[in-house]
Formats: sequence, structure tokens, C-alpha cells
Amino acid sequence: MEKTIAAAYERAPKTWIMKLLLAFAAACLLAWSSSTVVISDTAGNGLSVAGNILSGILHPDTKLLFNFTASGVAYLLLETLCIAFLGTIVGAVISVPLSFLSATNLMPKPIALLGRFAIAAIRTIPAFIYGLMFIRVTGPGPFAGLLTMSLCSIGMVSKMFIESIEDLDKRIMESLDAAGCTTFQKIRYGILPQLFPDFMSTLIYRFDMNLRDATVLGLVGAGGIGAPLIFAMSSYRWNEVGSILLGLIVLVMMIEWISAKIRVKLTRG
Amino acid sequence: MKLYDCLFKPHRYELPNGKVVEEKFTRLPLILLVILFCTVVSVRVTGFNFETLLSGGSRFFDILFDMFPPNTGYLPKIWTPLLDTIKMSLLGSFVGSVLAIPFAVLAASNIVTNRAVVFLVRLFLSLVRTLPTLVCALIATYIFGLGTMAGTCAIAVFTFAYVGKQLFELIETVDMGPFEAMEALGATRTQAFVTAVFPQVLPTYLSVSLFCLEGNVRYASILGYVGAGGLGLIMNEKIGWREYSSVGMILIVLFVTVVAIEGFSHAVRKRLT
Repeated sequence: MEKTIAAAYERAPKTWIMKLLLAFAAACLLAWSSSTVVISDTAGNGLSVAGNILSGILHPDTKLLFNFTASGVAYLLLETLCIAFLGTIVGAVISVPLSFLSATNLMPKPIALLGRFAIAAIRTIPAFIYGLMFIRVTGPGPFAGLLTMSLCSIGMVSKMFIESIEDLDKRIMESLDAAGCTTFQKIRYGILPQLFPDFMSTLIYRFDMNLRDATVLGLVGAGGIGAPLIFAMSSYRWNEVGSILLGLIVLVMMIEWISAKIRVKLTRG
Repeated sequence: MKLYDCLFKPHRYELPNGKVVEEKFTRLPLILLVILFCTVVSVRVTGFNFETLLSGGSRFFDILFDMFPPNTGYLPKIWTPLLDTIKMSLLGSFVGSVLAIPFAVLAASNIVTNRAVVFLVRLFLSLVRTLPTLVCALIATYIFGLGTMAGTCAIAVFTFAYVGKQLFELIETVDMGPFEAMEALGATRTQAFVTAVFPQVLPTYLSVSLFCLEGNVRYASILGYVGAGGLGLIMNEKIGWREYSSVGMILIVLFVTVVAIEGFSHAVRKRLT
């Protein structure tokens, strides 16, 4: 018994040299990148600032938090929510044809590659540049934010869509064919039930992410809660920051909880 | 839902053996109604309007066309910020994913039996996850001063939250058989964890961390906007000067880098899993 085990150990491929080399390479890369750790805090008040931030967040500005006019946290959160929601939907509408075009099992290879290239290119441009571009179209405000969000969603949403399209079970289509179904029936009963849960799950996840990323829009004045948050931060009004962050955290957690529930239901049927 | 079933009676079928089964009426109208309502509210709040889009849509391409042809003369000045961005995301991803390990272990309900600890650690993880990365970076710039350190911190925090969540879900779905076998043989829980659970999660953990690194290179370019170092810094500057051809060059370099890193990590991840 022990001999066979020892023999099996002998026969196991010796990977430790490779592992050592990989670890060494990773260590070298990390050492190289450690030059980013520079504390350029000339004033030396980093800790006191951190303390101020913490106390501000712990003592939020309740006046702002429970203000239900257009400048209050509640309305800003609603605006952010709407930007994220509609952004996801518009993004999805654009992504569906794009992802069908880039699925390698449906399209010839050159077209699929072209589609993938387009998606990668769309993904590379950072959100705030899209924001700047759309502000020229619509002027500053939530509309620009919504358009930005929809363009930003395309990258990830179509990537996930492509994966679900490429995972399509073709045998179902063949059996529907054998049963004498028309093209419409094949799409309705063969393709849609397979894709729908995956698509919805992706979209709900993306909605979640959009809600979180919507703060970026504030940088360029494209609506949502980002702008007041960043203004409050740059003018050191930490109590306001605290109340905005508190609202945002509660909202994001609520949405995350709901979306997790829906997604579990979708995957389990 | 009960009220809904009262309004729309479920369809009844009688099977040949006399059993009656009910097929509930489709929920589709209800879901559509909710989505429609949300859409209408969103359209109202955001001021969505097709006319502006049609009339001003061409202006969207103004900046885009200004970016071409890209200013190749600017290329030599891009390398340092680009390397900074890559360094920031490398170090940030590493620190974040290493820090995530102890928290993920504490948040896994099959390893830690104390429910209060599991709940608290999970709450902490989701709290960190809700914090927008940009806000993190901004706070970090106040604490560490402007520069790459702030960006590294923000990326580490983001990676920590993401990898932490993925890892604890991974640990929870692991096959507990080997762990129990080790315990039965007299190993302590730590020993059993290291020898039985760790090898199972290691490949996926590395793959998740690499995936995070991919995304972080992209993210790191935004962080510069708030002064946290890297490509975003010069991008912000050039946008301010309206030198869009230089911005185009930066974007092209960023695109090539992101594609290269994605290709590399994709290849590694394929071998891992």
C-alpha cells in the first residue's frame, strides 16, 4: 500500500520549478510596482483629515438627509436610480443586436471579430469622456448621465450576452425542427426560454453596477448624486458627505438585496 | 401574489388519473407593468427626449472626430503615467486580494460556526463594496496627498471588496468531504482548511484576482481624474486644454494596454481552471 502511494508520488509531474519561477516573476513585478507607494503628504495632516471624515460620516447632516425637495438626498437618489435604470435599458436595447452580431456560433468569423473589436473599443473610453461628449448633445443634466450610462453598460452587457448566446443548446432547435415548428415557434419556444433568464440576470446585475458607478457622472456634471457628493468633498463639508454617502449606501444595499433575490429566482426557475 | 391569483384564475387541468393540477396565470403582465411604470418615472425624472437626441446627436462626434488623427508627438510623454497606471493596478490588486483572504474565510459560514462573526464580516464586506471607488480615491487623496499612492489605495479597497465576496461564496460551495476527513484524522481546523479547502479554491481565487486586475487597469485611468495618479491625470489635463488629439493618443495607448493585459490574463485563466 505505502509503496504504491510512494510510487504514485514519484510519478507525479514535478511542477515546483515552474511554480518557483512564476512566484519569482510575480515578486519582481510587485517590487517594480512598489514605487507607487509614495506618501507625498507635505502638510502632514493626513490623520486629522481621516478623523474629520470619519466623524463627518458618523454625524450626517440630517437636514439634508430628510430634505424632500429637489436638492435633498432623497430626490438625488431617485435621480440616480432613474439614470441607472433607464441607462441599463437603453444599453440593453443596443447590446442585443450587437451581441447577436458578435456571437461566433451564429455569424461568420470576420463579422464576429469586428463586433468584438467594436465592443472592446466602446469599453476603453472612460465614462467621463462619454459624459463630456453627451453634454455637448444634451447640455448638463441627468439626460447626459443617462446616455453615458447606457454606452458604458454596453461593454459588459454584450460580453455576457455573447456568452449566453454561445452557450445555446442547439439540440432543442433540432428537436423543434423535427416536430415541425415554424421559425417563429422555434424562436419563441426554443431560443427565448434559454436566453431570457440569463439576459435578465445580466441586466439586473448591471443595474446594480450602474447605480454604484453613477457617482462618476458627477465629475462632469451629468446629473445624479455624484456632483453634490464631490462638491461637498472638495469643500470639506464632511457632514454633508456623510449624509449623502449614508443615503447611497442604504439605497445600494437595498437594491443589491432585491436584485440578489430576483436573480436567485431566475436561475432556479 | 394571492390577490393576483384571485383576479386571474389559475388554469386547471385534470390528469387521466383524476388528479387536478393548477397552472398559475402568467406573471408577465405584472412584470411588464412594473417595468413600464419605472421607465415612465425614469423618463420624467431624467428628461429623456428623442428630439434633443436627433437634433444634437451629431455633436456627440465632435470630440471624437477631434481626437483623430491622434497626436503621435505626445506619445513619449505617455509612458510614465501609463506605467504608473499599470503599477497602481498591479500593486492594488495584489494587496486587495491578499487582504481579502482572512475576511473571506471569516465570512464563510461552513468554516466559521459563529453566526455573529459571519454576519458582521459580511456586513463589513458589503459596506465596503457600496463605497464608490471614486469616493475612495478622493478620500485617499486627502489622506495620502495627490499621487499614485491614493490610486493604489482606492484600487486595493475595491479589489478587496470584490474578491472578498467572490472568495467567501467560493469557500461556501467547496466540497467539505476532505475537510471532515482531515478533522476525523485529528487535524486542527486550521490544518484541515489549509490542506483540504485551500487547494480547491486556489485556482478560482487566482482567476478572480486576475479578472479584477484586468478591470482595474481600466478603472485606474478614471481615478486620475480626482488626482490619484496615472493616465487619468494627463487625460484630465489634456481635456482641460481641449487638446483632443492628445487625448485620442492616450486612449489608443490605453486600449492597446487593456487588450494586451486582457489577452494575457485570459490565457492564464484558461490554464488555471
